Amino acid sequence: MNDILSRRKLKAEIFRIIATISTWSSIIILIILLGNIAWDGLSKVNWTFLNNFPSRFPHKAGIKAAIWGSIWMLALVAIIAVPIGVSAAIYLEEYAKKNKLSRFIEINIANLAGVPSIIYGILGLTIFVRFFQLDRSLLAGSLTMSLLILPVIIMAAREAIKAVPKSIRLGAFAVGATRWQTIQSHVLPAATPGIFTGVILAMSRAIGETAPLIMIGALTYVAFVPENINDPFTTLPIQIYNWVSRPQVEFHHLAAAGIIVLLVVLLTMNAAAILIRNRSLKKYKW
Amino acid sequence: MNNKIIIEAKNLTLRYGKHPAIRDCNIQILKNKVTAIIGPSGCGKSTLLRTFNRMNDFIDNFNIEGEVLFEGKVINHSDMDPVEIRKRIGMVFQKPNPFPKSIFDNIIWGPKINGFIGNQQELVENCLIDAGLFDEVKDRLNSSAMELSGGQQQRLCIARAIAMKPEVILMDEPASALDPKATMKIEELIKKLKKSYTIIIVTHNMQQAARISDNTAFLYEGELIEYGKTNSIFTKPDKQQTEDYITGRFG
Amino acid sequence: MFRQINLKEKGIEIFLSLSAFVSILTTMGIITILFAESFQFFKNVSPVEFFFGTQWEPLLVPKSFGILPLLSGTLIIVAGSALISIPFGVLTAIYLSQFASEKTRNIIKPVLEILAGIPTVVYGFFALSFITPILRSILPFTEVFNAASASIVVGIMILPMVASLCDDALRSVPRSLKEGGYALGSTDFEVIKGVLIPSSFSGIMASFILALSRAFGETMAVTIAAGATPKLTINPLESIQTMTSYIVQVSLGDTPQGGIEYQTIFAVGIVLFGVTLLMNIFANWVMNRYREVYE
Repeated sequence: MNDILSRRKLKAEIFRIIATISTWSSIIILIILLGNIAWDGLSKVNWTFLNNFPSRFPHKAGIKAAIWGSIWMLALVAIIAVPIGVSAAIYLEEYAKKNKLSRFIEINIANLAGVPSIIYGILGLTIFVRFFQLDRSLLAGSLTMSLLILPVIIMAAREAIKAVPKSIRLGAFAVGATRWQTIQSHVLPAATPGIFTGVILAMSRAIGETAPLIMIGALTYVAFVPENINDPFTTLPIQIYNWVSRPQVEFHHLAAAGIIVLLVVLLTMNAAAILIRNRSLKKYKW
Repeated sequence: MNNKIIIEAKNLTLRYGKHPAIRDCNIQILKNKVTAIIGPSGCGKSTLLRTFNRMNDFIDNFNIEGEVLFEGKVINHSDMDPVEIRKRIGMVFQKPNPFPKSIFDNIIWGPKINGFIGNQQELVENCLIDAGLFDEVKDRLNSSAMELSGGQQQRLCIARAIAMKPEVILMDEPASALDPKATMKIEELIKKLKKSYTIIIVTHNMQQAARISDNTAFLYEGELIEYGKTNSIFTKPDKQQTEDYITGRFG
Repeated sequence: MFRQINLKEKGIEIFLSLSAFVSILTTMGIITILFAESFQFFKNVSPVEFFFGTQWEPLLVPKSFGILPLLSGTLIIVAGSALISIPFGVLTAIYLSQFASEKTRNIIKPVLEILAGIPTVVYGFFALSFITPILRSILPFTEVFNAASASIVVGIMILPMVASLCDDALRSVPRSLKEGGYALGSTDFEVIKGVLIPSSFSGIMASFILALSRAFGETMAVTIAAGATPKLTINPLESIQTMTSYIVQVSLGDTPQGGIEYQTIFAVGIVLFGVTLLMNIFANWVMNRYREVYE
C-alpha cells in the first residue's frame, strides 16, 4: 500500500520536474538566441553601420536606408490602419446588433488574423502594385502591411473597449447623451490605454514582417532615404534577409548587427506597451 | 388621488424574447410624489422602471406592447428619440456609476453636451448642495470621483441626475449597495428632493418604501397586484398576496 | 419637443460600419485574386497533374507542376515544429497554470511574449547560424539547408502560442472539478492527467491546430534555412522547399507577369490559403464551443 503511494508520489514529482524544465527552457532558448546574435553582430553596430547605405563591400555597408524605410512605413501604417481598426472595433462593440452579419464579420476578422502573411503579399502585389500601379512604393508596402495588421488592431481594440464597464455607458445615456457622445467622452478615454497597447503590439508585428514586402518587390537595392510615399524603399527585416541570404560570413555579421537594431526597436516598443498597460491598470480600477 | 399624472403605462406588456417580464400593466405615476415599486426579486420592477426612460432599448431581444405616456405623449415608439426623453427623465442606478473623471466633470458633463451655457461653477455647487454632498467635497471638486466612498458616489450620481433639471428621477434600488448610514443619507435626500422632482424608486426593502414613499406599487411575477397610498398598502392592503408579502410570508 | 433621431449620429454609425466592412473587402479581395489567377493556371495545367504530380519544376524545361513535393516539404516543417512546440508548449502551460508562483508567471509570460514577437527573419538567421552548424557537427551528412533546422526554429516560434492558448484552456476548467480530484486523494499528476487535460481537451487541440496552421504558413525562417529544392522526401536533413518559400522564390526572380510561372504562385497560394483557413475556422469553432461550455 505504502509502496504504491510512494510510487504515485514519485511519478507526480518527476512530472513536476519535467514541466519545470520545459518551462524554463524557453528562457534558456531566448538567452542563447540573443547571445548568438550579440556574439555575431555586436561589434558591427557602430555609427558607420547606422549611417551608411548598403554596399557590396561588407565593411562599408550600413542600414541607414532600412531604418528610414522602416520609420516611414511605420508612420504610414499607423495613419492608415489605426483609424480604420479602431473605428471597426467601436462599431462591432458599440453599434452592431448581435446578429448573423456581425457574427460573420467577427469570424472573418479572426480568420484574417490567421492568414499567412505571404498571402497578404500576394494581395498587395496584385491590388496595390499592379492594379493601382503604385509600383514598389512605400505607399504600396504600407497599404499591404495595414491590411495585415488590421485584424490585430481590431481585436485588441475590441478587448479594450469591452473592458469599460457597461454601467459607465448607462450613466451617460441616463443624462441624455447620444451614443457617440457616450463613446467619445467616456468609452474611448477609458479604453485608450488598452487600445494603445494593442496598437503598439500590432506595429511591432508590422515592423518585423518581411514576406509580404518581398512579395511586393521591396527587396531591391535602395541606397537612399525615401522622401515621399511614392519612393521605393527597404526596411530593416528586408535588409537583414538580404544579408542573410548571401553566402559570405561577413554579411552574416552585418545581418546580426541589423537584427540587434531591429530587436532594440521591438523591445522598446514592447516595454512601452507593458508600461502603458500597467499604468492604466492603476488608473482605472473598476 | 386628484394630483396631476406625469407618467402612465397603458396595457403594458414587456418581454425578453418570449418570456414576459411584465404583463398587461396599467399604472399612473403622480407628479411630485415619491412612488415606490416593491416586490420580490425577479418580479419585473427594474424592467418596468427602465421602460420609463427607454433604458431597455439597449437589450437586444427586448420587446414592448402597449403604451408608456410621459405628460400625455406616447414615448415608446421608435420614432421618438430616447435621448430627448432621458434628458427629462433622469436615472440613478443600483451600483454607483460615476464617470472616471473629476467630481466637477461628472456633474457638468450632462448639461454641457446638451448645450448648457450658464455658470458652470454655480450649477455644480448647487447640484452638490441639493444632493447633500457639497460640504464633503467642496475642497476637491477636481479630484477623481472614483476616490469617493460608495455612499458619496451614489449622492454624486444623484447630483449628476439633478444637474439636467429633469422632471422625473428614476431610482433603481439606489441604496442596495450601501451601508445603513449611507442609506439613511440617501433616504433623507429623497424626501427632500420630492418637493422639486417626481421620484420613482424601485426597492426590495419594504421598510424603505414605507419610510420614504407616498404611493406604493406591489408587483408580483410580472403583474401589478396592488397600487395605492403607501399608508394604506402597508396597513390595510386589499389583496391577500400584498399582505403576505409585506408581512414577510414570502419574498 | 421630441426630435427625430439625429443625423450626425447616423452618419458616424455609417462611417464606423464601413471601417468594419474593410475586413470583409480584404477577404473578398484575397479570394477573388487567388481564384481568378488560379483559374488561368488550371486552363493550362490539369488539376490532376497539379494535385498528384510528384515533380515540381515550373521554372525549368520540361516544366512539371506537381505540388506534392512542396506539400511534403511544408508538412515536414509542420510535423517537425509540432514535435518541439506541442510537448514544450503543453508542459509550459501546465506548469504556468498549476505549479508556478505569481512571480514565476511574471517572468515566464513576458519571455514567451518576446519569443512570440521576434520577427521570423531573425529565427531564420538563428537557424542558419546556430542550429544548422550544431546539427552538422552531430550528423555530418546534414545539408547546409535542411528541414530539421527550420523545423526547430518554427517550433520555437509557435511554442508561445501553444503555451498561452493551452494555459487559457486549462484555466477555464472550473476549480470545483479539480478539487473533486484532489478530494479523492489524487496527486497533482493524477489530477492533471485524469481531470484537467480531459476537461480542457478540445481547447488544447484547438491550440495545436492554430499553432500548426501558423507553421504551415510560415515563410521567412523556412526560406532562409530549409532551402529551395522541391523534393518528395521525408528526410529532414535534406534541403527541401515549402509552398511559402516557393512563392518567395518566384517573387524574387524576374518572372514575367501573366506567364504560367507567374500564375503558379496563385495556384500554390490558393492551396496555402485554403488549408490554413480550414484549420483556423475549425480551431476557432472548437475554441468557441469549449468557451461556451464553462462560461
